[in-house]
Order: sequence, then structure tokens, then C-alpha cells
Amino acid sequence: MSAADLVTSAPPRRRPGHSPTTRIVIYGLLFLFALVYLVPLVVMVMTSLKPLDEVTGGNMFALPRHLTFAPWSMAWGEARIGVSDTRGISGYFFNSVKMVVPAVLISTLLGALNGYVLTKWSFPGHKLVFGMMLFACFIPFQSVIIPMAVILGMLGRIGVNLADLTGWSFGLGNATVNLVIVHVIYGLGFTTLFFRNYYAAFPSELIKAAMIDGASFFQIFRRILLPNSTPIIIVTVIYQFTNIWNDFLFGSTFAAGDTAPMTVALNNLVNTSTGVVEYNVNMAAAIIAAAPTLLVYVIAGRYFVRGLMAGAVKG
Amino acid sequence: MTEREAATAMARRKLGPSLRGWFQDWLPRLVLAPSFLLVLVFVYGFNLWTLFLSFTSSKAFPTTNLIGFTNYLRLWNWTFETDPPSNWYTALVNMGLFGGLYIFFCLFLGLLLAILLDQKIRGEGILRPIYLYPLALSFIVTGTAWKLFLDPRIGLENALHDWGWTSFHFDWVVDPKMMIYCVAIAGIWQSSGFVMAMFLAGLRGVDGEILKAAQIDGASTYQTYRRIVIPIIRPVFFSALIVLAHMAIKSYDLVLSVTGKNPGGAAELPSTFMYSYTFTRNQMAIGSASAVIMLMTIAAIMVPYIYSETREQNR
Repeated sequence: MSAADLVTSAPPRRRPGHSPTTRIVIYGLLFLFALVYLVPLVVMVMTSLKPLDEVTGGNMFALPRHLTFAPWSMAWGEARIGVSDTRGISGYFFNSVKMVVPAVLISTLLGALNGYVLTKWSFPGHKLVFGMMLFACFIPFQSVIIPMAVILGMLGRIGVNLADLTGWSFGLGNATVNLVIVHVIYGLGFTTLFFRNYYAAFPSELIKAAMIDGASFFQIFRRILLPNSTPIIIVTVIYQFTNIWNDFLFGSTFAAGDTAPMTVALNNLVNTSTGVVEYNVNMAAAIIAAAPTLLVYVIAGRYFVRGLMAGAVKG
Repeated sequence: MTEREAATAMARRKLGPSLRGWFQDWLPRLVLAPSFLLVLVFVYGFNLWTLFLSFTSSKAFPTTNLIGFTNYLRLWNWTFETDPPSNWYTALVNMGLFGGLYIFFCLFLGLLLAILLDQKIRGEGILRPIYLYPLALSFIVTGTAWKLFLDPRIGLENALHDWGWTSFHFDWVVDPKMMIYCVAIAGIWQSSGFVMAMFLAGLRGVDGEILKAAQIDGASTYQTYRRIVIPIIRPVFFSALIVLAHMAIKSYDLVLSVTGKNPGGAAELPSTFMYSYTFTRNQMAIGSASAVIMLMTIAAIMVPYIYSETREQNR
């Protein structure tokens, strides 16, 4: 049983009973911490439902007196993002969706294949290959962004030439395509790690039996491993989805203006230096930006933890 | 059939199966190859490229004009430039402050919450997700929320004034000297729940028999944790430390969002230093050198960790 399974499934251990005073202290502390962790979210939600004068003139812990959803529609459809764009964050939200879906699917599929090869078709040096891919998880992205910017710039120029020649740029130079490429590459280490650790525990006898029956490399993968991979696929998809959706550094470096993902747009909205700071609109936008990953967390929280744990310690 | 035709047919027959056999043997490696190649080029190649750039005189664009260790020498000299402090000096001091506080408090709160939750708690299923949900939020969203919360005009300070505690003073987020502590608070809030989950997994993995034995010997709960449980879960400390150190060194978006684009460079970290020197100050070579230093710092932590991990799997 993996460490994460223990968190999510093991019942609390039996322990000698504490004195009533101790139990009050324990529950008191736990409750206090729960409050601390919840307060920022509660304040965000309440602020987003107040008119601006109530935000700037009132108490942030006070319930909204004039409940309004205007900040939400402002944030979605009319808020000023950056210098010129006054169409709200909706477009950027869909930029993120367009980026995250292919990036997650491709990196998960590649990770599954890599994990399959590294555990079931091992070859001399597979440990070194895996070690190198594992280290790739932990490099600071700052140490690759300059070359990446150069290469993506070159791809962009090739794309322009291709478009001149054939009328179609093959997606080269498109910011969303660029971000998909970047996220797939820098997610490979983690997805490979997840699947490798999962497949390491998968019985090799099944695969040997299938090989004797004449099943090919891909048949074994498709018919035997994939149908048994649902838990790890869920974990990987959640992990990649959260990571890619929440990324800011790559988004702000490789996608400018209209093509920026959600996190960049939110940062531009919140940290704009002109005009009155519309806290209620900012908070509504922040909640919209957080909604997909929070939703995933609420629906699949146990897998979410498992995924993050597997990324941190061995799964 | 002539002799010659027969010979070619035979050769073809021989070649056929062997080619297919070769393909079968190499197929797994061919499947892994693209991923490995991508990692090799885009991680290892790009890191070498950045290393190369750090020895050049690149400004706004990369050049191949080598100038030796000049860039590192400049960073080294800036390290001690305290009057007025250079951006690099500020970045290093802040890294120490932020990294130290972030790692210490995440470990402390994580362990505390895990131990409290491990005491046969009713409602663990409700409390655990509350501590954990900040992890689903991006640093940009976390920063946006905490910026509002810490803003003295509308946040906590204002709320407490409103409730009658008029002498309360808390304006760190607008005080350049204290900004970095606000970044640390937001970071701790975001990540401590995750550390809690790691510790809880560790605690649940401790063999109940050992605890029973300690209990029979008359050890108090405190003694049991201090002398038995915490030493057993020491590997979790190590894993958590690795993850936290890695997050602290990389974190870039948190600084921008909590402080509102890091005004005056007061909350400078190596990550923000790298970005601003490379992309806004047109000092790409200096930016590369700082990125290399960040990479070296992470490698110094990661390489021994990965080495011990892969060795463990050998056994």
C-alpha cells in the first residue's frame, strides 16, 4: 500500500484516551487552524459579492449588505486586462482550456508509454534514462527559459515561412501551441515517474503470458496495462491539469497579449497601475481562475493528494 | 527459378524475420526515444546553453562573444554590496529569509497538524480537506487573496480597527522592509497543508505494535512521538524538505502577486532577479548566470536525493 493510500483510506489509529482538557485543546487547535485556512477564501467570496464602496468603506469580514453579482459579470466579460483589452477574462479562461487539454492528454499518454517501457521492457541503462528524466522534474524553469524563448522564436519564423509557402503555418508560432509543447516537455518527467512507479508493481507474469500468446508490444499495452491503469491515469491527469493550469512563468514568458493564459490575465488585471482598484472584480476573477482546480479538488480530492504525494515522495 | 533468383529469395527470407526481430527488440526503446530525446535536448541541452550564455556578453539578444567569468564576478561583487544594497544582495537575503521561514513553518505546522489529526479525531474527513485546499490554488490566486487580506486600508488592519482595536497596526504588505514576510505568510498558507498530508501518511505508516509496546512501558504520548514516532518518520522530513526547498527557490509568481509586481525590488528573490535582468533590463548574460546559480543550488539538494532514491530501488 502506498503512502498516499494510507492517508486516504487508513482509519485513525486507536490511541489511549486523552483527558478531557487535552481533547479540548486538540479540538480547539484544529478548529482554529481550520478557520485560518478558510478565512482567505471566505473573504474572497464575500468581497466578490459586494459593491465597491462596501469593500473600501466596510469591514472585510462583514456579510454583503447589498448582495451583487455585478463584479462577477464584470470580471468575466468587461474588466480591463492589461492596457487595452476590456473584454474581461473569459477569453483568457478559454486560452487556458485550449492549452491545458492537449498538454495533459499528450503528456499523460507519453508518460504511460515511458513507464511501460521502463518497467516491462527494461534495457541496459534504463536506470540512467529514468534518473535523467527524474532530475528533469526538479530543474528550475528559469534555467531553460532563455533557450526556449530563442527556439520558440525560431519556430515562429519557420511558421511564418510555411504559411507563406503553403498557406498553413502548421501551428508553429501560435502561443497556445507553444505552451502545449513546453508543458508536455517539462511534464514528461513527472508523468513518467507516476506511471513507472505504478507499473513497477504490475505483475510481469501477465505480460509474459501475453507475449507467449503472441501479443505485440502495443497490444499488451492497450489490452492489458491501460485497462488496469485507471487510478494512476486519474492521478496523473489531475496533477498535470493543476500544474499546467496554475503555471505562470511559462505563460507570461511565451504568451503575450490576447493569447495569454488565465493566470497571466489575472495578474494583469489585479496588478494594473491605472485607475481605482476594483477589489470585488479582482476577487471574482481570482475565484474564476481558481474554480477549475478547486472543482477538481472537491470532486477528486483524494486522488489529488495522492498525485501530489506521488510527485513528492515515491508513490 | 534460376540459381540467382533462389539466392535472393532466400536472402530476402532471411532478412525479413531478422529485420522484424530487430524491430521487435528495439520497439520499446524507439517508443521511449522521443521523450528521452526531448528531455535530453530541452532540459540538459538547454541548461548547457544557459550555462554557455552566462559566459558571454549577451544583452537583449544572445551572442557568442565569450567574456569568461565576468558575469559571475559581478554577481559575486554584488553579493556584498550592502550600501545601498544591490538587487542581487536583496535577492539572496530575501531568499534566506523567505526560504528559511517558509520551510521551517511548513514543516512545523505540517507536523503539528498531522499529529493533532492523528489523535482519533472526529471529523477528520472534514478538517483534512480544509487544510489542503489552498494547494489547489495557483500562487497568483493565493497572492491575490493575501494581498487583499493584508492590505491595511481594507484588510485585517481595517477590520480590527472597525471592531474597536484602533491601536492595531499591520501594514507589512506596503512596507518594503516587511514585504518578504508577507510573501512567506502566503506561501506557508498555501503549502503547509501538503506537508501535513505527507506527515500524516508517514504517521499512519508507523507500525502500531511499536506504539503499543511503548504504551505498555508507560511512555506518555509526548514521549512516544518524541522518541519513537518522529525518528521513524525521518524520511518524510527529508522528502518534505526537498519539495519545499525546490518550491522556495523556484517561486516567482507568489512574489509578483502578493506584493503587486515587486515594487522597487523590495521582495526580490533570485527568481525575480533572473526574470527582470533577462527580459526587462536586457542583461541576458547576468540573468543566465543567476539562473545557473539557482540550478546549482537545486542540483546540490536534488542529486544526492535522486541518487539515494535510485539506489534504494536497487535493493
